Amino acid sequence: MGISKTDIGTTIVSILATLLVWEALLWVFPIPSFIVPAPSAIFAEAVKRYPLYLYHSWVTFYEMVLGFVLAAVVGVLLAVVIVYSRFIRNMIYPQIVVLQIVPKVAIAPLLLIWAGYGITSKILLALLISFFPIVVNMVTGLIAIEAELLELCRILHAGRWQEFFKVRLPNALPYLFSSLKVASTLAVIGAVIGEFVGGNEGLGHLIIIANTELRTSMSFVSLFGLSLLGFVLYGVVVLAERLLMPWKKWQPAPQTFGT
Amino acid sequence: METATSREEGPVIEVRNLSKIYGSQDGPVEALSDLSFTIADQEFVTIVGHSGCGKSTLLKIIAGLLPPSSGAVTVRGRAVSAPLKDVGMVFQRPVLLDWRTILANVMLPVEMLRLPRREGAQRALDLLQLAGLSDFRHHYPGQLSGGMQQRAAICRALVHDPSLLLMDEPFGALDLMTREEMNLELLKIWSERRKTTLLVTHSISEAVFLADRVIVMTPRPGMVADIVPVMLPRPRQPETKLDAGFRELVQVIGRKIGVLYI
Repeated sequence: MGISKTDIGTTIVSILATLLVWEALLWVFPIPSFIVPAPSAIFAEAVKRYPLYLYHSWVTFYEMVLGFVLAAVVGVLLAVVIVYSRFIRNMIYPQIVVLQIVPKVAIAPLLLIWAGYGITSKILLALLISFFPIVVNMVTGLIAIEAELLELCRILHAGRWQEFFKVRLPNALPYLFSSLKVASTLAVIGAVIGEFVGGNEGLGHLIIIANTELRTSMSFVSLFGLSLLGFVLYGVVVLAERLLMPWKKWQPAPQTFGT
Repeated sequence: METATSREEGPVIEVRNLSKIYGSQDGPVEALSDLSFTIADQEFVTIVGHSGCGKSTLLKIIAGLLPPSSGAVTVRGRAVSAPLKDVGMVFQRPVLLDWRTILANVMLPVEMLRLPRREGAQRALDLLQLAGLSDFRHHYPGQLSGGMQQRAAICRALVHDPSLLLMDEPFGALDLMTREEMNLELLKIWSERRKTTLLVTHSISEAVFLADRVIVMTPRPGMVADIVPVMLPRPRQPETKLDAGFRELVQVIGRKIGVLYI
């Protein structure tokens, strides 16, 4: 499933078309710009105050990347101990599930009390919201091994380490990467929730200010900034996947309709 | 050439009064009942029977992957109680590692058994050459057809030079044309490497075509119905199947299992 120039072209043209229609609708209908600003006005706002947006984007990016990386490390380690120790599995798996069920928005205020109004609380929220899919997928990847392959390991008298590094870990890579893609988009949400609840930095903080002052174009610049940040992190994960799993394009891929 | 190695006297594998009973929800199920047979050094023996007659279970017990309920298996006079080291195993599916190239897949036993790398690599390359896979050694399994993948799996089973080759319906998942090619391919490899080979199949003609002797098994519980020697000359060719002797053996075995061939 390669991406052709036509595919990229289609995407870019459709984005431009959406923006054009948006702009045109605002020409036709008299909607005040403080309710819905035109794309041109949003663009102008971004250009006019780009140092402000650049700074706050950097803060949010820093929080989400750190939260994401910690989530990946914690998630993978938890998955390994869950798979290898029945005792630890019984001890922590139910608690992880309970933690996942509690809405993160609801514990955000508590985290702020515990970790302060600085970036630590935001990093923790990004971590909390994005580690669950990594644990679950990694556990699946580590145990979804063909029975014959495990028999082969027994016949070859493979030790635990050999079985882990030569069979289980590489087998889990596709599962890990699909969960990392999900987690990368969740990390943005975690960081923004943290900024919403309290703090004085980041794109989430800008959105709160913009809303209280009815500066919707500022809101929109921040929103586009957020999706761009999420997109960049997602792209890095996809790139890492291609580099680390060169065999992936030869694995049977799910069929898609059309050509 | 390894063909020159002399044959050992006496049986290599001895199966004595072997039974296997599985516990299930509806009470114990007898999978294998009182099996006894022997296999000589460098002999090619096939086991044929209906699906579910316990053929695979038997192979796993011989490999030391499953304990028998009663009876015993001895290999070279020693009772089997743990997975054998001196054995190569081929399954119905190739079970190659997707993330390793074909050569790296064949090298897996060398790594796991911590054998000398250089000699292991040389044996791997020789085997791939023999199996006609030299040009594909740097490909990933996903790039190869099912038949080629299974040939690679056979190379993997032989790379640590085991004296015993166990194959569990190795060609069962392949189409008929590929299957016939693979039979010839396997015989070619076997005539060069002369491993004691035990192959499980549900195809009677495959069983006869490959074997020195065919062990015919009854449906559940699996028992030895008969052991049929195959006196057809080697090397076997595709034309062997047109031979009157071949067709008669297929009929005889078919009647024992309850399949009629006209």
